[in-house]
Amino acid sequence: MKFQEKLLDSFIAFEQDIDLLSPIHIDRKNALKRFEKQGFPSKKDESWKYTSLKSIIQKNYNLSSKSDKSVELRDVKEYFLNDLDSFKIVFVDGIYSPFLSKTTHDGMDICVLSAALSKDKYKSTLKKYFNQIVPKDQSLASLNTSYTKEGAYIYIPKGACPEDPVQIMHISTGNQESIWLQPRNLIIADKNAKVEIIERHQSLKDHSVVTNSLTEIYAEKNSFIDYYKIQNDLNSATLIDNTFISQQRDSNVSVHTFSFGGKLTRNNLNFYQKGENIQSTLKGITILESNQHVDHNTLVNHEQPNCESHQDYKGIFSDRSVGVFNGKIMVEKIAQKTNAFQQNNNILIDNNSKVNTKPQLEIFADDVKCSHGCTVGQLDKEALFYLKTRGIPEKEAKALLTYAFANNILESVKTPNLKRRINSLIAKKLGVNLGFDL
Amino acid sequence: MLEINNLHCQIEDKPILKGINLKINKGEIHAIMGPNGSGKSTLANVISGHEDYEITKGNIYFKDQEINELSPEERAHAGVFLSFQYPVEIPGVTVTNFIKTAINESRKSKGQEEMPSSEMLKKIREKASLLEIDSNFLSRSLNQGFSGGEKKRNEIFQMAMMEPELAVLDETDSGLDIDALKIVANGVIKCSNENNSVLVITHYQRLLDYIVPDFVHIIMDGKVVKSGDKDLAKKIEDIGYDWLKKDNS
Repeated sequence: MKFQEKLLDSFIAFEQDIDLLSPIHIDRKNALKRFEKQGFPSKKDESWKYTSLKSIIQKNYNLSSKSDKSVELRDVKEYFLNDLDSFKIVFVDGIYSPFLSKTTHDGMDICVLSAALSKDKYKSTLKKYFNQIVPKDQSLASLNTSYTKEGAYIYIPKGACPEDPVQIMHISTGNQESIWLQPRNLIIADKNAKVEIIERHQSLKDHSVVTNSLTEIYAEKNSFIDYYKIQNDLNSATLIDNTFISQQRDSNVSVHTFSFGGKLTRNNLNFYQKGENIQSTLKGITILESNQHVDHNTLVNHEQPNCESHQDYKGIFSDRSVGVFNGKIMVEKIAQKTNAFQQNNNILIDNNSKVNTKPQLEIFADDVKCSHGCTVGQLDKEALFYLKTRGIPEKEAKALLTYAFANNILESVKTPNLKRRINSLIAKKLGVNLGFDL
Repeated sequence: MLEINNLHCQIEDKPILKGINLKINKGEIHAIMGPNGSGKSTLANVISGHEDYEITKGNIYFKDQEINELSPEERAHAGVFLSFQYPVEIPGVTVTNFIKTAINESRKSKGQEEMPSSEMLKKIREKASLLEIDSNFLSRSLNQGFSGGEKKRNEIFQMAMMEPELAVLDETDSGLDIDALKIVANGVIKCSNENNSVLVITHYQRLLDYIVPDFVHIIMDGKVVKSGDKDLAKKIEDIGYDWLKKDNS
């Protein structure tokens, strides 16, 4: 049986396990119908031209797992930002681990979607937000919606602000040879609220894991959200990240994506600006090697006047790795005084790596400032010579230049701990000790 | 210290140096002058091991060892330093961290331990004051947004930190006002002693008023056409290179 058919057939079994009277169940059923019609995206789809899921969906995956209580904090500690007693929402093979997590309902909700779905008091919030900005024409988003069951649920009420970043961690144990995970996250920052979130997917050993994740983020008036995605999984992991962000007036949302690992990663990152004076920031550093593939597919939809968006992605590719950047900026007719900036710069360390970069601008307003640029190049030979004349060996010199190339992306990372962690991941990825405390 | 014999080199099949001979002894300061395109900067790059330049004939000896095939970093470890005409910007890496990395890499190549932080800081402070560099400057990203003068001062600061046996200064004076020139020249003088040597490459005699050379060589069309003492530089400043062209032909 083809895996797509298995997904369709398994829905009945999935229904045994969930509350069929939940108001969102109709969303699930409709989404499944859409997925049945749409199927998996193929290379014929313009936005999937350079990324193929063919070899992935030819395999078979388990759609559910048994709860594994054997994973201890010490097994996963290194993947968390620090030892701080901050809020954590941890899933092991798709199942919430209360033991590894620290959640709250005190003054704010930092918990799991299954809990929100099961309680009456969340009904109105779910009705207002759940599945409201997910486009109907994206089959992977439909697939995720149809199997909505578990994920992070974060609601920061008016004016509130958790002290430390909230960490969302998806751990995959490898207890099963192959597993297909579909976390569904809902994040809401109400008026004047502020929150920082770090999301990470991590396999504990080599096995075939595919995660088709969907995150809806709602930034209400004058709220601030900083979202960091750390993608540094083992080379056997595939991640399809679908993130949809709706912003109300005066809000400020940034998403930083650090893609250093995984076999195949596809980031569908979509911003919808629903009010005036909005700031949207999309930044990323991608450092790949050994056949890894990362595809950044971004959309910023300027729907209202006087808003800004700022996109800056840096990519460093070696050893048969492939990068794709497809960035679309849409400026609607009423979105006058839009200021949209997009930049994608890439370095190919050797001859057998590849980058496909494609900016797309659709502008219907006449008084806007939009700029975009993309480059694909190599490390500057003169700069390399300069470092070598200072006694710095070739490997370290290349690493230093690579680090310098990507560095400006890190300037906007506000949490010093996180910045240090990213820096050390970069140093590790480049295979050097950069010789100083970063 | 440095001996260059009949050095020919080319870049992409285009010959640039056509038989350079040069001998620099310990403790000497030499200056090289010459019109644009004569091969001055090429010579500096070849001494430091730039991989784009191919040596087709001749040899370079440093401390009696042939170094034709050594990489730039190996030459640096052996004690060669090149001050760049156009230093490279490295965002995100501070001047202090850069120089620490450079010094510790050189020590590592000699099998030495990293320099202890306290010693490093003391040395940085000492050399920075020599070049009138303040501490804010040291925590800025290397060369990023530096003025021309700051870049050159930073080059000589690196030289002072690395204590090379042979310093090649490639147009260190270009783009400097007279105050910056004095500071840079003073830094070079303070670092030079009977155990090291300096090769100054310049267009202008002005720098040589402060860094007084023991020998001056004129390069034209890839060859040393005339050598003399500091008065030769003055003569060039006064009457240019034309008389040498006639001499040479």
